Amino acid sequence: MTKRKGFLDFISESTFIHILLSVLFGFLVGAMFLKIMGLSITAAYGRLLNSVTSLKGISYVIVYSAPYIVAGLSVAFSFKTGVFNIGAEGQFVMGSMAAVVTSLLCSSLPKPLLIPLCFLIAMAVGALWGIIVGILKTKWGINEVLSMIMFNWIAFYLSNFIAGIPAIKNEGTAEATKNIADNASLLFSKDFIKSVGLCPTANWGILMAVAAMLLVWFIIEKTTLGYELKAVGFNKFAAEYGGINVNRSILTALAISGALGGLAGALQVMGMGKRISIFTSQEGFGFAGIVVALIGVSNPFGVFVAGLFYGFLMYGGSKLNLEGVPTQLINVIVGTVVFFIAISVIFRSFKNLKKKPQKPSIPQSASTDNKGVAES
Amino acid sequence: MTNFWNSFGIILFATLIYTTPLLYAALGSCFSEVSGVVNIGIEGMMTAGAFTGTVVAHFTGNPWIGFLCGGLAGAFFGMLHALATVNLGADQTIAGTAINMLGPGLAIMTAKVLFDSTDTVPLTASQKMPKLFSGAFDTTTVFGRFMDNVFANYASTYLVFLAVLLVWFIFYKTRFGLRLRACGEHPQACETLGINVISMRFACVCISGFLAGLGGACVTMTVSTQFRPISIVGQGFIAIAAVIFGKFRPQGALIGCLLFGFCSGLKVVLGGSSGVNMHLISMIPYVVTVLALILFVGKSRVPSANGKPYIKSK
Repeated sequence: MTKRKGFLDFISESTFIHILLSVLFGFLVGAMFLKIMGLSITAAYGRLLNSVTSLKGISYVIVYSAPYIVAGLSVAFSFKTGVFNIGAEGQFVMGSMAAVVTSLLCSSLPKPLLIPLCFLIAMAVGALWGIIVGILKTKWGINEVLSMIMFNWIAFYLSNFIAGIPAIKNEGTAEATKNIADNASLLFSKDFIKSVGLCPTANWGILMAVAAMLLVWFIIEKTTLGYELKAVGFNKFAAEYGGINVNRSILTALAISGALGGLAGALQVMGMGKRISIFTSQEGFGFAGIVVALIGVSNPFGVFVAGLFYGFLMYGGSKLNLEGVPTQLINVIVGTVVFFIAISVIFRSFKNLKKKPQKPSIPQSASTDNKGVAES
Repeated sequence: MTNFWNSFGIILFATLIYTTPLLYAALGSCFSEVSGVVNIGIEGMMTAGAFTGTVVAHFTGNPWIGFLCGGLAGAFFGMLHALATVNLGADQTIAGTAINMLGPGLAIMTAKVLFDSTDTVPLTASQKMPKLFSGAFDTTTVFGRFMDNVFANYASTYLVFLAVLLVWFIFYKTRFGLRLRACGEHPQACETLGINVISMRFACVCISGFLAGLGGACVTMTVSTQFRPISIVGQGFIAIAAVIFGKFRPQGALIGCLLFGFCSGLKVVLGGSSGVNMHLISMIPYVVTVLALILFVGKSRVPSANGKPYIKSK
């Protein structure tokens, strides 16, 4: 098997190439709609790219990305373990509220204590939100997608309710919580930001995202726990036959997913968010997490890059209005990217296009990807 | 007593208003899920329908053309979903997520270009969905007012209950329905009996988009008369939940949607009169759904081939 790989093989086999092509198609389709709507393509895409030409812009992108990366990791982890964590939204909301409340209640604690405490409590609350769904599933057999959708909304209204409690509510007219305690803020000092020329909300949340990425990779690839969780995700019945406690695995997977969702919420509010508003509709970080996980094909490192990409689009997209281009262009681009990732299975068929005529029959032992022969 | 009947009438009116769009979308979801395709893109299809419905009604002046075009817009996204998942074997969750971004993205972007705002122009009285039996009851009496609240309702509401009957009939009394259900349970067996699984599923996902589009149009063409970016916020997911709640049967989805609609109706009345916090009251429909699942419904059996792409040669 020393045959040199052809170009088509390369395209059909590399997931990375599929994603690059999908991103390219995304921008092409975006350009097409811009053209149809009579808007300037160069102005729109120029503004998008222009947003990352300065250090300030790059720091904005990184700041935007941190919560998306961690939310993406939460969903990616659930994908790896065979549950679909559509509930990341609720875990995110609960996590960010937990961080705010903790910081306000313990605002006198010094920074090195308060920050880890906020993270821990946010993760615990997120995990709890995941475990509730897990218990409903394992104990009463209730479909997790259904209960997660419900718990997203319960979290949403609970957060709105807590934000309205007098001890938590902003003293001003804003329909929001008080600002998070200074000692729980991840922001760099003002002097540092000014001297380096970063964006005003620059913070070290991205380091937590890196840590979360490494942790998820380690759990999934290097531990027995990760092996068991993956086995359950792959084939529940085989895993059970192999002696794995399936119910416990589902609970663990949802708890870890939920903890990551909660951490994402904490990062947002302890970083650039500062406080939580009383919303009229869900903010959508959890749903963004689904998209990030999909673009990153559920690989922790892929999710990290996808999160940066998403952060770039979100930050760049917020500047599109200056060119008279609707911000929603970003959703169209991202939607198209995800759509092409979904159908990227067709890229794999390129290989068959070329191979079929030259290989009429293959010995059974040589090829692994030839189920047709084995069947007969 | 007068007060009770008035409140009860308002609750029922609100129930019907909330239930109608959910029920259209839930029926759509039934078609797709039962034929074996997970359609998480219902939300995006509803948004497309909501936008197209109002825009077409605004420009043509005819609510029925608007309503129908809302359905067709949903069907278009349904077709995209079908193309990806049924023909190209794409992952159904991923494709659905893409639809959920594309639908609202395109709708709001078009709104911005057409109206220079993310909201559309509100429909006039003749452009919105007509109310049936309006003025048929004597609203000066308590009973008349109650009847007016409950029965003088939008035409789309009456249609959706007919649609439930129709879908039930299609599912359980026709050859098409039998084949549809078989496709979701064991597509390979269907194929051996000469049923074209690919075209069956393609059709079902398109129908699913059409119904979701109608549901979306109901949201923006009845009580609220304009499309706004927050017109469709999660109704699509609630509809999916109602279908799982109803064990993937149209009559079950009806109960799920009515339960949810009733709790939302309760919320409207309680929110206005009692001193309880509005946000806690808003939680009622979701909490009740979870409780109902635990107490009465229990395990829901998903069609066995649901979520798996069908590859003919396998």
